[in-house]
Amino acid sequence: MTSPLEQKKIKITGPSVVTANRTWDGIVIYRTARQDWSAKLSDAAIVRTSDEARALLAESVADDVGAVGAYIAPVEIKESGKIKPGNLREHIRLQGVTIDLPVPA
Amino acid sequence: MYAYDELDRTLINERVEEFRDQVKRRLSGELTEDEFKMLRLQNGVYLQLHAYMFRIAIPYGTLSSEQLRRLAHVARRYDRGYGHFTTRQNIQFNWIKLAELPDALGDLAEVGIHAMQTSGNNTRNVTSDQWAGVAPGEIEDPRIWSELIRQYTTLHPEFSFLPRKFKFAITASPHDRAAIKIHDIGLRLHRNAEGETGFEVLVGGGLGRTPFIGKTIKPFVHGRDLLSYVEAILRVYNQYGRRDNIYKARIKILVHELGIDKFAKEVEDEWQEMRDSDTALTLDDAMIEDIRSRFTYPAYEKLPHTPEELKKAAHDPLFERWRKNSVSTHKVQGYAIVTLSLKPVGGPPGDATADQMDALADLADKYSFGEIRVGHEQNLALPHVAKRDLPALWNALDKIGLATPNVNLVSDIIACPGLDYCSLANARSIPIAQELTRRFANHETADLIGRLHINISGCINACGHHHVGHIGILGVEKNGEEFYQITIGGRADENAELGALIGPAVPYGEVADVVEDIVEAYLALRARPDELFVDTVKRLGVEPFRERVYATR
Repeated sequence: MTSPLEQKKIKITGPSVVTANRTWDGIVIYRTARQDWSAKLSDAAIVRTSDEARALLAESVADDVGAVGAYIAPVEIKESGKIKPGNLREHIRLQGVTIDLPVPA
Repeated sequence: MYAYDELDRTLINERVEEFRDQVKRRLSGELTEDEFKMLRLQNGVYLQLHAYMFRIAIPYGTLSSEQLRRLAHVARRYDRGYGHFTTRQNIQFNWIKLAELPDALGDLAEVGIHAMQTSGNNTRNVTSDQWAGVAPGEIEDPRIWSELIRQYTTLHPEFSFLPRKFKFAITASPHDRAAIKIHDIGLRLHRNAEGETGFEVLVGGGLGRTPFIGKTIKPFVHGRDLLSYVEAILRVYNQYGRRDNIYKARIKILVHELGIDKFAKEVEDEWQEMRDSDTALTLDDAMIEDIRSRFTYPAYEKLPHTPEELKKAAHDPLFERWRKNSVSTHKVQGYAIVTLSLKPVGGPPGDATADQMDALADLADKYSFGEIRVGHEQNLALPHVAKRDLPALWNALDKIGLATPNVNLVSDIIACPGLDYCSLANARSIPIAQELTRRFANHETADLIGRLHINISGCINACGHHHVGHIGILGVEKNGEEFYQITIGGRADENAELGALIGPAVPYGEVADVVEDIVEAYLALRARPDELFVDTVKRLGVEPFRERVYATR
């Protein structure tokens, strides 16, 4: 994970979202275009330029009560328009662990 | 077991209420995350990929059945019905909600469990031999000294705002089960030529990005001087340790950069000055005895060495396999130490369900004077089992999935949570471990291979202690893909060594094949059936294994 501070210097190279963990329970959340958070990646605001990414991140970090550790994460946009995580880490954050849990949910 | 006094209980209870207030202020926005982070870390609360993670200390690996039941309760009430035992005698819960954490901490405090010293730049949970107090040949119970250090360092400012985290481990047996040489301070209890009991002090061990084996800076420190000597080490570390670069902040870097002789001299000078000016740090016999008296030991019966029940059960080959693998000699005749593998075939290493914890607590009450131990190998132990009860215990353990006879064998894998849980990880650890346990599920094959420790870490921080695995596996990321570096020849015992890299990293899908190749090479190369894997590597070096692995890749 790259810290928000370091990400200020980063230029995104493709579609991206801002993701974080919800403060009260820690679940994975995504910043929406409505200046809110959602647990669904499909609700995430997509940014395509570094300026957009920086602005979305700044807005997200400002919500210190609602979310922890906001950062920019790459996504893929499928032809169908469906948003997919851009790397394994984000895939695991979205889908959950890749193993069977000792106690089924 | 150690019986907490009123001071301990007050401290733990006050900590719960402090944390409850801190969480309340965080959730209301009165505290920012920047302000709250250090407070939550001081209570073992991390933020991982999917949720908060709650790490709870099990000082020197000793648990009562009541405490284990309470851990089961926390797993069930606040988490997802299981917990993960770590490589430092802690347990972690991976799905806990911040809003519920104060209640969980409060429930644990009722039975004397806390999360102090489980994270942050302070002294971490003081670890020890999981067989402490029952191992034959032990000088004395090392937990007395572990507890002394725990009490002294808890909330002590000299130990609470260090350049980086700081880990102690203590052993009192000739065979080191506490991995003291990979700790910031390792203490080996032994007797000097005059027959006095004291400590060999090792400093600067550690794994992570820059691994080092600890070095001896003083061969003998008398027990009465232990606290002053340890404080002298910490003062030198606090004075010279780097705070400007997290990667160079551990004491091992300071020891390496100063050189062991210069570091030892700095400590000695500091210690001599302290000893003259601060006699309060000199332990008198009454202080040591006060700690000692709070450890209670079972009222052992006088029992035969080989009871009839054991002779009868010896005809069952499954029982015998388990007994030979998991049952160890106890210091008291007629009793045994039973190690419980938390490495079932296909299971995540170190995980135990709430149901298993509850059932084990009952078995501990019935067969082990209500006591359970936790080892850094991510297994549990029952430390006081009458040999006559072994067959009944085996049957009961088998029913709850805790009788896998693979202790110290190839499928007894140590693994960190890896990228499935951890925000620092680059690659997954658990699925690699699971696949390896399936590959080596055959008990005859595992017996043929003999003692072989595989350690897996999902990143360079090395929570799976990969550097000191007989076979070490380190997950790295290459162009968005998971790759794994393989080392061989490491070990974490009294002859601790760092493993050597065998060659280029291999992709996720090839790791189990590579390990199988290494094991097959070992079986072909070993001088005798009883030459251990790690000894064959020592004798022949890495090259024959490298050739075998990369010849067709």
